[in-house]
Amino acid sequence: MNETQIIKVQHLAKNFGSFQAVKDVSFTVNKGDVFGFLGPNGAGKSTTIRCMLSLIQANHGNIELFGKDLRKHRNEILARVGSIIEKPDFYRYLSAEKNLEIFARISGKDVSKKEIAGMLDFVGLNGRNKDKVSGFSHGMKQRLGIAQTLLHQPDLIVLDEPTTGLDPQGIVEIRNLILRLKTEQNKTVILSSHQLSEIELISNRMVIINKGQSIIEGDVKELLNAQEMVVQLEVSDLEQSMLVLTTSFPKAIGKKINERILEVQLEKQQVPSLNRLLIEAGVDIHSMEPKRKLEDFFMKIIQS
Amino acid sequence: MLFKNTYNEFVKILAKPRSYLGIGALTLLILVILFAMKADGKSFISFVTASFEQTLSFNGNILNGNLIAFIILQMLIVHIPLLVSLVTGDLISGEAAMGTIRMLATKPISRSQIVLSKFIAGAVYTLILTIWLGFLALVVGKWLFGSGDLIVLNSDGLVILKEQDILWRYGCSFAVAYLALLTISTLSICLSVFAENSIGPIVTTMAIIILFTIIGSLDVSVFDSIKPFLFTTHMASWRSFFEDPVPWSTIRNSVVILLAHNVLLVGIALYKFNKKDITS
Repeated sequence: MNETQIIKVQHLAKNFGSFQAVKDVSFTVNKGDVFGFLGPNGAGKSTTIRCMLSLIQANHGNIELFGKDLRKHRNEILARVGSIIEKPDFYRYLSAEKNLEIFARISGKDVSKKEIAGMLDFVGLNGRNKDKVSGFSHGMKQRLGIAQTLLHQPDLIVLDEPTTGLDPQGIVEIRNLILRLKTEQNKTVILSSHQLSEIELISNRMVIINKGQSIIEGDVKELLNAQEMVVQLEVSDLEQSMLVLTTSFPKAIGKKINERILEVQLEKQQVPSLNRLLIEAGVDIHSMEPKRKLEDFFMKIIQS
Repeated sequence: MLFKNTYNEFVKILAKPRSYLGIGALTLLILVILFAMKADGKSFISFVTASFEQTLSFNGNILNGNLIAFIILQMLIVHIPLLVSLVTGDLISGEAAMGTIRMLATKPISRSQIVLSKFIAGAVYTLILTIWLGFLALVVGKWLFGSGDLIVLNSDGLVILKEQDILWRYGCSFAVAYLALLTISTLSICLSVFAENSIGPIVTTMAIIILFTIIGSLDVSVFDSIKPFLFTTHMASWRSFFEDPVPWSTIRNSVVILLAHNVLLVGIALYKFNKKDITS
């Protein structure tokens, strides 16, 4: 394994009885990545993450973290990982501080009370240290969850759907917190989500999984800004538009969506020319909406 | 790590209201018995001794602290398992229901250590409950009713034990009673591994106790071969210390059976929890 590779998952598969939750998932995460783990609900994201944290035993495949086999070096690996799976759950009858003390005690590192107070301050829960978790909102629990993941200064942070159930303000807060982890503490973060926009805003690399299989993996910017793109045009004359397209851009693919809308797949630099040629041909363009190929692809996955 | 997680378990048990519910209920039950005995204990005793009064003459303080402790033990040994399982049955399944088991299982502590800490914490809680029972029954009983010889009615007849010959018997009987309650604690923690809610293991523990007790009391030959191996058969072994002479071999057999149950149940729990997919 390359030194910069923090995680290497190869051909992971997991069955629950006859149901195959994960069929074949492979990906790698590099040091310092904010790695997006994208897929629709039920794609197998949580199952894969649970396998990576040894909550679930995989039926097939290999998982290596920090260059070590998870099955052979479980405790050593988990001492370097902080995680929130789906939603952070705490002992409701204990205070925020007591909860963190409990998890710190078994984190594999000595964490002082001062560090716990500092961490609560970092996640914006200063002054709520002694309050019982039963009185916390979902957003506060989520922030406490992040405090819990960071307590023992892990090298890798795994966040499974960290913004689920949060209000818009809470989503922004968590997003900023993740970005601070990357910029201020240079942590490697895995972020699972079913929202492409969220991954796009935070992650630098990602994998898309669907129906238990990894579909595509790579750099987020490269994947989202591919040279070939899809443009939806609302035009006054569809037939004339198709004629311009086929004669001027033979490699482009045009598809009539309805009587006024044409969807065109062509290279990014050809879009201004198409616009100009359509106007010269007397076609009125009422709207022009660029659609990224990956976004379109992801939407199709979700819709299917 | 085992020590640290066991400490965590104590912190959790101490913070849970249900932990005090058991001790509170036990205290209340004993106080009710003590009050009843103080108010009308003489008629209760004369009802028991009436059949012997034609042949025996009872002098001195029969209704003393030693007898009260015996009565309390006899009455409560049936109810204390519920109070024990109320706390221990929740130790693992409660974490599954709350979702905190996920958090625990992603920490650098082995699953065996997680389970063993629960067993240790459950054993200590049961010990505290047993000591509290002993304190209220024997110490408070003696304080309220004074001391004296102990008259025990068993299947062979009336046994009279001298005052100075009683304390060691109580010490041993509380130890065996603790072992019986520990088996209940171990059973409910073991069941807790299989469940995702707190109620299931508590109800199942009680159901098993009731079922085994019924099997043990049925005079049907088909059950004769299994009766000696049911832990419920040995739950009242503490009583054997109040026989004269003490049937040591019977007690030894009971201790072995109860210990074997504990070892087996811990083994099952460890195996299951290590294999379990945590999906809650």
